[in-house]
Amino acid sequence: MATTTLAPGSTTYSRSWVIDWLTTVDHKKIGVLYIVNSFVFFFLAGLLALVIRTELAVPGLQFVDESTFNQAFTMHGTIMIFLFIVPIFSGFGNYIVPLMIGAPDMAFPRINALSFWMLPLGGALMMSGYLVGGAAAGGWTGYNPLTQEQFAPGDGTDLWIMGLAVIGTASILGSVNFVTTIFKMRAPGMTLFRMPVFVWTVLVTQALILLATPVITAALIALFIDRNYGGSFFDPSVGGDPVLWQHLFWFFGHPEVYIVILPSMGVVSEILPVFSRKPLFGYRAFVWATIAIGLLSWSVWAHHMFTTGAVFLPFFTFMTALIAVPTGVKMFNWLATLWRGSLMFTTAMLFALGFVSMFLIGGISGVMLASAPVDFHLQDTYFVVGHIHYVVFGGATMGVFAASYYWFPKMSGRKLNEVLGWAHFWVLFVGFNLAFFPMHGLGIQGMPRRIADYAADAGWTEMNLIATVGAFLIAASMLPFVLNVVTTLLNGEQVGEDPWEGNTLEWATTSPPPPYNFDRLPPVRSERPVFDLRHRTDGAGHAAGDATASEAHP
Amino acid sequence: MSADATARRQGGFPIPLVGMLLFISSEVMFFGGLFATYFSARASFAGEWGPPPGAPELEILPVPLPITIILLVSSLTMHQAVRAIRRGSNSGLRLWLTVTVTLGVLFLAGQLYDYTTLGFGVSDGVYATEFFTLTGFHGAHVFGGVVGLTILVARAAQGQFSARNHVAVEAVSFYWHFVDVVWIALFTTLYFLR
Repeated sequence: MATTTLAPGSTTYSRSWVIDWLTTVDHKKIGVLYIVNSFVFFFLAGLLALVIRTELAVPGLQFVDESTFNQAFTMHGTIMIFLFIVPIFSGFGNYIVPLMIGAPDMAFPRINALSFWMLPLGGALMMSGYLVGGAAAGGWTGYNPLTQEQFAPGDGTDLWIMGLAVIGTASILGSVNFVTTIFKMRAPGMTLFRMPVFVWTVLVTQALILLATPVITAALIALFIDRNYGGSFFDPSVGGDPVLWQHLFWFFGHPEVYIVILPSMGVVSEILPVFSRKPLFGYRAFVWATIAIGLLSWSVWAHHMFTTGAVFLPFFTFMTALIAVPTGVKMFNWLATLWRGSLMFTTAMLFALGFVSMFLIGGISGVMLASAPVDFHLQDTYFVVGHIHYVVFGGATMGVFAASYYWFPKMSGRKLNEVLGWAHFWVLFVGFNLAFFPMHGLGIQGMPRRIADYAADAGWTEMNLIATVGAFLIAASMLPFVLNVVTTLLNGEQVGEDPWEGNTLEWATTSPPPPYNFDRLPPVRSERPVFDLRHRTDGAGHAAGDATASEAHP
Repeated sequence: MSADATARRQGGFPIPLVGMLLFISSEVMFFGGLFATYFSARASFAGEWGPPPGAPELEILPVPLPITIILLVSSLTMHQAVRAIRRGSNSGLRLWLTVTVTLGVLFLAGQLYDYTTLGFGVSDGVYATEFFTLTGFHGAHVFGGVVGLTILVARAAQGQFSARNHVAVEAVSFYWHFVDVVWIALFTTLYFLR
């Protein structure tokens, strides 16, 4: 332990904290930057969602015009997907993955910083459309010809393309970093099948990002050439094909769905065992299910394109139903983990359970949409909007909040208030279901997505009003959350290195960890090294050694 | 820090090369996307696939075949550079790197000259768009490789590489060979699969 005096000295020279955060290459600080940046964009895109819901509360155009409405749903979708839900898991991954595998940092720390700083740049580029006469308005899917020059003449769409290309490049660099880190930086004893399930889900996610993002980059470049240099990739009058855009977009876009949901599944699979006081049921089955989802996700993209008439329906229906099987395996993992566990209903656990229940609904409506005859009826209706929000909000975003409550003590040394957390969860949960469950009914009744107004006699008024009330409840639920974070950082309950009695290596170092992460690593002999350490009976005193370490770096 | 916190698994592939291979795999998907647009357009094109009416047919002479040979040879000279530094020969490294950069620049110059002789532009129909996008983005990657090689030349001039420590040279060589392989696929597609 004598050498531990080296590292603290290396961080104590004086430097303004602003410079420190702007120039950091520490994976933990970069992780925090990712998370904060993602939450900022989450709140911005949330405001745009309120614009949409306010306009749709009652029939008629009261609040915004159609053009503003189109920009609002386009930017809402794009920001939520590309600047919130994907990067925030890069943030948690950045902070937690090196800790979980016992590494001192990511494999390429400076590339790590570069991939983060490209995100606010890309986001600013995209949002700056609002300053030059209107942001992109072709939907987050950017279908042609809606995004072509003659239908979207302004600079907003070009800025949208550029912003997405920058964000995509950032994601690719980040994924190179994650995959290299996980393959090359694991601690001694940390074999692939002893890695925490969160690390497995991040590995598969990042492999998908690595291989899917370049395809959308190619598509964006093609669109940019069409718009600005007279190209004709998507122009049917000279031999191009607008449906080609849909193929390229969804060849990226469907793996993207799993990019969004897999890390959240990993978070939940860390939290449920800890608060059930049981190991995850079927670790290997979970890992193989994750890998299977990663592989199958390449073969389902055209289920977004059933109504184009350009795809072979039985194949994509079959593959889409097939990908529900490994997802079902995971549902079984989670339920069997909970079964006869000593459940502790912390806020993190509530959000994890919220994930399991809401994602189940999103999964079931997904299988319904996989059936081509059903999809022909529901294509481009509010049913699809309800489905995506049960997956991406009820699923992935519940996972974001679960991760926030679970790892906040590790990141700050302080535990978020459970009463405020409880309020956050329940207001969000009720608001979420009020906002998005009625959309299934609206869709079945034929209400198209992406419309700013609807007829008063269409019979859609009540459910739209309920959805709007739900959306404002969701917004209200963010107040206790933000209040909780601020008050906890100022004056929260301080905790030691392992407040939850966790299983994985991040709980074997101080909260927050020192810059080099670990003074010493416990031996890794299973996928639960910290559990093994806590329940050792041979008295070999690793726990005492760690206690000394934590006193050295409070 | 105690030993077990820092003891990384030293064996196997060096970390920077793993990173480069992963990056190249994403580049494969990027060019895969562009090639997909090409074959999709070619498959559904009504009429004769090729340069727009009025423009001359694409010929592999006088320019495309020679610059192809130049790029292929540059892969061999790149490999000579790697072999030189593996032996510890810094002068050999500098020589072969300089030759490789020169060949890369010659390729780019040849391609730009070829563009002026084609008789059509990017906006002259879907074939023209595909042609310029594919060759243009390949050319951009060659340019990226030339930049990387130039940095290597500068670093080699300062004596930064040795027989044991030259992973950057290996990484850039992976990238350069990859760019070469893309050109082989592109050359075959544009000039032979018509």
